[in-house]
Amino acid sequence: MRRTGQVLVLTALLACAAAWAVDPTHLEDPKLQARYVALTHELRCMQCQNESIADSPVDLAADLRRSVRELLEQGKSDDEIRAWMVARYGDFILFRPRFIWRNAWLWSAPLVLLLVGALVSWRIVRARTALVAAEPDGADGEP
Amino acid sequence: MKRFLLPLGIFVLVAVVLGIGIWRAPQKGVILSPLLGKPAPQFSLPNLTDPAHPVRSADLKGRWYLFNVWGTWCVECRAEHAMLLNVQRSGRVALIGLNWRDEDAQALAWLQQLGNPYQTVAVDRSGREAINWGVYAAPETFLVNPQGIVVYKHIGALTEEAWTREILPRLPPPVASKS
Repeated sequence: MRRTGQVLVLTALLACAAAWAVDPTHLEDPKLQARYVALTHELRCMQCQNESIADSPVDLAADLRRSVRELLEQGKSDDEIRAWMVARYGDFILFRPRFIWRNAWLWSAPLVLLLVGALVSWRIVRARTALVAAEPDGADGEP
Repeated sequence: MKRFLLPLGIFVLVAVVLGIGIWRAPQKGVILSPLLGKPAPQFSLPNLTDPAHPVRSADLKGRWYLFNVWGTWCVECRAEHAMLLNVQRSGRVALIGLNWRDEDAQALAWLQQLGNPYQTVAVDRSGREAINWGVYAAPETFLVNPQGIVVYKHIGALTEEAWTREILPRLPPPVASKS
């Protein structure tokens, strides 16, 4: 019984989430609407910086959403819209950074660190193996 | 001794990377404008003080100007206003205002009350023009050269320091410009 009550409350809260949405925009074409939602979620609100323009209640975010909508209605592609934004606000506006030569080191850092880690562990294993091989059998007295 | 070499090397590497990060970010949160070195946006906007004459970028070609984005809702704009008046008094460069997302009546009252440092004020009530300039927080100030290229951008209230260190050295010497 109590369980059912909790579920009901949670369901009611979930239903409220739609009412909290910042952006009421609805485009007629469902395909455009889907692209609109995707694009506004991957563009940064420059003023609040840790929110996307889809989530931010700031005026500037509303203006940028309007720009996205207008560009979509003009028939621009997703990449053209991203480029339009980057031309004005720089790469920082993209939540998913592009691979460019200036951030190449950042993209390659995980691979480099993995290689360094592999090298270190390989050396440790090799040193330990040499240690074991050098000791006579049964020397391992530890529990 | 040799066993310390690798950790030490890694430590130095990390320190250098972080050091560069700190050294290159003296003003945290300031984002470099992609407009620098590029032509300023073309525009034709309503004139706040003279409705008969729209403010057009084409008319600004051929001379230096400071493009200052402001609004009466912007606290920092009030803070920088005295500095803008100083800039105007110096006579070194024209100030063109962009009244961003504001009410004309309030903007006019502001200029009457605090003094008008601008040669002209363009009105951008919809916020479309500000987006073309990559504005994200007023006040922002752009220095545009006679070829129409943005050569410097200052984010936040214009300071004496930014004026003397960044803007004045970029302007031509004050002599010989009598027209």
